Amino acid sequence: MIAEAGLAALWLAAGLAALQFLFMFVEVRRNAALARPMRSIAVVQGVLTIVAFAMLLIVFARSDMSVKLVFENSSAVKPFVYKVAGAWGNHEGSMLMWVTILSAAGAFVALFSRRTSERTLVAALGAQAALALGFYAFLLIASNPFARLWPAPIDGQGMNPLLQDPGLAFHPPTLYLGYVGLSVAFSLAVGALLTGEVDSRLARAMRPWVLGAWILLTLGITAGSYWAYYELGWGGYWFWDPVENASLMPWLAATALLHSINVLAARGALKAWTMMLAVIAFSMSMVGTFLVRSGILTSVHAFAIDPQRGTFLLALLAIYVGAAFVLFAWRGATLKEGAPFELVSRESGLVVNNLLLTVVLGVVFVGTLYPLFVEAVSGEKLSVGAPYFNAVAGPLALILAALVGIGPLLAWRREGRPVLRQLQVPALVGVVALVITIIIAPTMHILPRLGFTVGIYLLGASILPLVRRNPLRAPLATWGMVLAHFGIAVALLGMAANAAFTSERLAVAQPGEILNVGPWQVQLQDVTPTAGKNWTAVEAELHATRGAGIVTLKPQSRYFTDPPTETSESAIQTFWNGQLYTVIGKPDPSGGWQLRLWWKPFVTLIWAGGALIALGGALAMLGRLWRLRRRREAGAEWRKARYA
Amino acid sequence: MRRIILMAALIAAQPLLADSNLPPAYWSNRQLPDPKQEAQAEALMEQLRCLVCQGQSIADSDAELAGDMRDLVRRRIAAGQKPAEIRGWLIQRYGTWISYKPTSEPAAWPLWLAPLALLLIGVWLIGRRIKLKARA
Amino acid sequence: MSRAIRFAPLVLFLLVVAALVWRLAIPPDTNVHSTLEGRAVPTFSLAGAVPTKAGLASTDLATGQPHLLNIFASWCVPCVGEVKVLQQLKSQGVVIDGIAVRDRPEDLTDFLARNGDPYERIGSDLQSQVQIDLGSSGVPESFVIDGKGVIRYQHIGAIEPQDVSLILSKLEQAR
Repeated sequence: MIAEAGLAALWLAAGLAALQFLFMFVEVRRNAALARPMRSIAVVQGVLTIVAFAMLLIVFARSDMSVKLVFENSSAVKPFVYKVAGAWGNHEGSMLMWVTILSAAGAFVALFSRRTSERTLVAALGAQAALALGFYAFLLIASNPFARLWPAPIDGQGMNPLLQDPGLAFHPPTLYLGYVGLSVAFSLAVGALLTGEVDSRLARAMRPWVLGAWILLTLGITAGSYWAYYELGWGGYWFWDPVENASLMPWLAATALLHSINVLAARGALKAWTMMLAVIAFSMSMVGTFLVRSGILTSVHAFAIDPQRGTFLLALLAIYVGAAFVLFAWRGATLKEGAPFELVSRESGLVVNNLLLTVVLGVVFVGTLYPLFVEAVSGEKLSVGAPYFNAVAGPLALILAALVGIGPLLAWRREGRPVLRQLQVPALVGVVALVITIIIAPTMHILPRLGFTVGIYLLGASILPLVRRNPLRAPLATWGMVLAHFGIAVALLGMAANAAFTSERLAVAQPGEILNVGPWQVQLQDVTPTAGKNWTAVEAELHATRGAGIVTLKPQSRYFTDPPTETSESAIQTFWNGQLYTVIGKPDPSGGWQLRLWWKPFVTLIWAGGALIALGGALAMLGRLWRLRRRREAGAEWRKARYA
Repeated sequence: MRRIILMAALIAAQPLLADSNLPPAYWSNRQLPDPKQEAQAEALMEQLRCLVCQGQSIADSDAELAGDMRDLVRRRIAAGQKPAEIRGWLIQRYGTWISYKPTSEPAAWPLWLAPLALLLIGVWLIGRRIKLKARA
Repeated sequence: MSRAIRFAPLVLFLLVVAALVWRLAIPPDTNVHSTLEGRAVPTFSLAGAVPTKAGLASTDLATGQPHLLNIFASWCVPCVGEVKVLQQLKSQGVVIDGIAVRDRPEDLTDFLARNGDPYERIGSDLQSQVQIDLGSSGVPESFVIDGKGVIRYQHIGAIEPQDVSLILSKLEQAR
């Protein structure tokens, strides 16, 4: 019953989406007052998809094996949290989650958006409905999550034990909320291009959505990076893998969009570019979804390889993004730009920011798809990986980080004051850091060395907007910006420290033997067999010390039987100045065991920085929403007083 | 759905069916005694693609063949071969696919031209948005 | 905004879609091929993998008649099924030499006893060195080598019954 209710809700929602889409054409052509019914339809559509998704969660929570999806992805003995998370740990469920977020976002826009004109809102809601329609069609025709199984089996096929990990359970929803949050920016841009009302009001309407999506993408990517770091057993945290790039590209576009929206909001400029960027950001989300599910790129992360699904997603991608680009080509001429910007102004600074971010985005895009292009054109197979991306993106990111210190200090329209003088102290501190790195590590590679220099400089420079005024009276949004930029510096320093100062020790150790890694002496005490719920393992007991006190670490090498797989569970100990990362490998014929040990100074700064960036974004969002509420309340009070 | 499970299993695991009964090669998980040589070897390993993995370098792969290739790299560096020679030797046998570092062949030029081209196009596009001449 | 700038994103996007459509239509070949086709077998000399058989050296592959070099292992699951096909090829006069990768003599003896033994010689490649030297990337793989020791054809994966005629024709061409 529950499953059928969910399916019925989904069909109804699809019907409403179709209606919403049709209404958009009527409204835009005849300028009729369809706004109020349009808002209601969007809200009901959103509620219906939430109901459908809730039904799916319920059948998973109850382990209802008569639903095919539950049978294939769950079992009665799973812990409750993973039963529920199993709802989206598969193709159909994650597509339903995608469409739920799409239409729920549309409902939110319908309920709360007051900034844009009614015409533009109707056009935007229509575009959002169009986006949802494709996915409804996909779900209802080809990927029904509520399909039944008769007779109902007693228990399910279970979920791969590797997926029963808190990080892996919540990583997809965070990223999906981010990807789909960008759809609202897309729809608002499309709507505004249709009605021609691209202005600062539109920018202010788009901003919270871009900011919210961007915060979630930052968190999702940071969490994913940390999961890979502790799970893969070799201490790496970013591999420029195609699926990782698929999540980075929307983030880069969203970061650029976040900044250009500020120009559109404050000065009503960069109209065409901001609209294009909004389209590109969601396009990257769709390209990412396609790449990950179609199987056309080899990746450690790739899941649900199915060329048929890939074809459907490519068709949706081609229709949506193609239509948006056609719209841009057709209506782009109506977007009139104003006077050029002064060379030293915040607008110019944000333009350069967008330039660099877009170049990095382009480089990642080209690098990820290049092997495919070359093979299509000449049949040759070549590989593009970390060496290329690091060599190109690294320097660009450093330049961008250096400019991050300057931009926020510039005034709108024209900066008359000598800004560079304010930066003297941070720049000096950066140079001092550079000299120190030369003294203590003369053989350091140039990129980490510059990373330290720019990172230390940016730590100081990012705080300057608060220093030259009363920090307590600065708006929350400014605090958010400062914190996010500070987080960039923190992450940069973590990456530089990891690249420059990681100590590695790979060796075979006999029980009782002591290995040195960095300042640590690590002694292998013993290796004993152990077992868990569905795995057996060998566990090493390591005692590590660097002078004061002993730390115990117990890395394991686990064997699962169904399917037969082997994983390594690294043992990591975090200290104030770094992490001790230990892995046990295979036994050696000499009686000893392979050990992999790393001492990674300040590596946690990488993800701490990511968290700070997201937190900064959250503060900025809070600040703006709060200011909006106060302004509306003040406006209401003024009207009350005026007309009382 | 089985396929999803199997694919996900490859994320952090090694299918046991494809493992031999022999221990890893001597130098596949040991560092060379000379730190400079070890650094050279590791830098090279990060540029060589694992033949049996889904897009990883041999430096951080658990696959046996990757281990044997690490052993090969370390032994040759210890014997005095230059990293470029070892990379060339492997490219002779597997093609440029095995090198993550793009080679200097014509097929790889667009990769290096792309960032330059993007920068130039970008600068040209913003050239109309920013007033570069001083106010008269 | 000039028309070129307005239409450029659409044009670029269509190119990207075209490439993606191509890739969906023609799925990637995930096999890594050796580039040594047409070149001489690299010099090597492997000790015998089982006590009852001689080892294999590159000189044994340049004896004047074509050889089928089969790279396999006792721990390789598809190799079990391949042995029958190799027996069939042997019965048609093909000389088959083997390289056992990362194998122990006892495991290999077991394997041959259980499944059959189509090999003239088997070399023991304990650390995949010769396998890498040949540009092979996994087991099982087979190489057709002509009488002068030049590699003429590489077959990746187990030789299935439907591949037999192709292998035979490649061996014929290698005469």
